Amino acid sequence: MKKKILPVCGCLLAATIFTGCGGSSAGENGEVNVYNWGEYIDEDVIGMFEEETGIKVNYKTYDTNEDMYPIIANGAADWDVVCPSEYMIQKMLDNDLLLELDYENIPNISNIDPAYTETVKGFDPDASHAVPYLWGTVGILYNKTMVEEPITSWNCLWDETYADNIVMMNNPRDVFAPALISCGYSLNSTDDAELQEAAALLTEQKPLVLKYTTDEVRDMMIGEKAAIGVIYSGEATICKQENENLQYVVPEEGSNVWLDCWVIPTTCKNKENAEKWIDFLCRPDIALKNFEYIYYSIPNSAAIELIEDEETLNNEALFPGNDVLSRCETFHYLGEEAEEKYNELWKQVLSE
Amino acid sequence: MYRKSLSYPYLLWAAAFIIIPLLFIVYYGLTDRTGAFTLENLAAIATAEHSKALFLSLGLSFLSTAICLLLAYPLALILSGSRLGRSGFVIFLFILPMWMNFLLRTLAWVVLLDTNGVLDSLFKLMGLPRFKIINTPAAIVFGMVYDFLPFMILPIYNVISKIDKNVVNAARDLGASSFQTLYKIIFPLSLPGVISGITMVFIPSLTTFVISTLLGGGKILLIGNVIEQEFMKGTSWHVGSGLSLVLMLFIIGSMVLSSKYDNGEGNVL
Repeated sequence: MKKKILPVCGCLLAATIFTGCGGSSAGENGEVNVYNWGEYIDEDVIGMFEEETGIKVNYKTYDTNEDMYPIIANGAADWDVVCPSEYMIQKMLDNDLLLELDYENIPNISNIDPAYTETVKGFDPDASHAVPYLWGTVGILYNKTMVEEPITSWNCLWDETYADNIVMMNNPRDVFAPALISCGYSLNSTDDAELQEAAALLTEQKPLVLKYTTDEVRDMMIGEKAAIGVIYSGEATICKQENENLQYVVPEEGSNVWLDCWVIPTTCKNKENAEKWIDFLCRPDIALKNFEYIYYSIPNSAAIELIEDEETLNNEALFPGNDVLSRCETFHYLGEEAEEKYNELWKQVLSE
Repeated sequence: MYRKSLSYPYLLWAAAFIIIPLLFIVYYGLTDRTGAFTLENLAAIATAEHSKALFLSLGLSFLSTAICLLLAYPLALILSGSRLGRSGFVIFLFILPMWMNFLLRTLAWVVLLDTNGVLDSLFKLMGLPRFKIINTPAAIVFGMVYDFLPFMILPIYNVISKIDKNVVNAARDLGASSFQTLYKIIFPLSLPGVISGITMVFIPSLTTFVISTLLGGGKILLIGNVIEQEFMKGTSWHVGSGLSLVLMLFIIGSMVLSSKYDNGEGNVL
């Protein structure tokens, strides 16, 4: 899910958006410009926020972190609050694009499970710029009727009994992660020898793979076209609702965990309102409302307590045990050179 | 002056959406990340994985163009000679699928060709060996032929149906067999259409990345996929642009070749 648009196009687009914003009238208590992932909020929540606070929300969405970045970095539009993923937050921090949050204005942060604040410290060392919003893991979705025994390890991706039954993701970082972990390395490795070893493992795996795709894993698993697929936890939940033979597991060796957080960029003009927005989303009832709409994991322990449906609570893809989170690692921003290395090796694997 | 001013919107359009983007590609292709001039992005085509992808693309495009030609020429010939063809109905049938987005049509083939897909299930039902073509180069060629065949049929049909019947009749009167008429009269006269068709099938086949992604299962790397990856998944627009420039050379080459033979009549699209 990594896309890019020419920065120029981005600027043009942002300029249009900005002009659009300028024309709209502010609420009685000012306004806040929110830039979020698409399909990443229950839109009723926006109306509730406006009603309760009297702050007008100018809401706009983007498709990928990479789309959002140039718009913020070029300062083309004055977004007050944005919701990037962890590695992108790190990149934004590296480039001094984020403001420190005033936690006095975000009392509801106490609802966030401290475990996630620890995760935040992985990319924002003093956890002073980002408030966790939604998260998920990467794991294996398998079809119980098509495998011999329950899958627990990444090893199954190299098991010849599953030849032509394995679906892998299709972008360099996501495809290298299982290989690096299987070799016992970090999924943020930039070491040449380690990456070579992982690439060799992927080359070895290639004949067994049915398809490299990120968008189609969901359909292929629901349609039982493959026995094993590497997938995001949020998608896995949707798959399980469609096909009850499917089971999601985060392999015992560990995996990737991603965490999208609200941050305030330096372009912010309404910082207090932005903090009110973040605080509002941390409120248990609002977090729950969003959760019921989006079905991604939430870091809000007070909201989780409000969930009554047993089945939802027992869904391991949505609420994995603490042990799962502790063996997972977030992606770090590795810099352009390292990303190119991944890209280069991935092309070599594919051209074999 | 009046006429000239009418062309301004088109010039503006061409500048904004053709010339400027092209200049961007040239700029990115000839610079590195710091903005300094370099030829490395062009030289990147020489690396093992890139040249392999390029040759595979060339090979599959040649193959699909040849298959299209073999399928399209007899069909165009038959259609231009029959009342059915002259009424335009069959031609209409060939254009009809083009009303639908080609991405959707390719996706439909994924469903048809897939393991346990429609064709595979049919083969299984009839006790035939399993039909496993998906995620192979053969499936990609199949997809190319399916998607681009109309672009071969139309120009050839157009040229053949315009051939003066008197020329053909004269050849027959002078004792040429029907094969000789075809070989010595019709074929040479239809060459502009053939060349035009070849260009119109070869170029999109060479640059495609969607067909290879969908029908090749993301396992087969064509040069189009390499460029796509550089832009969408990788970080280097510079290498992607450099490779695009190299690919443009091949396209310009094939267009120069075609304009040498083409007197313009074959261009229907």
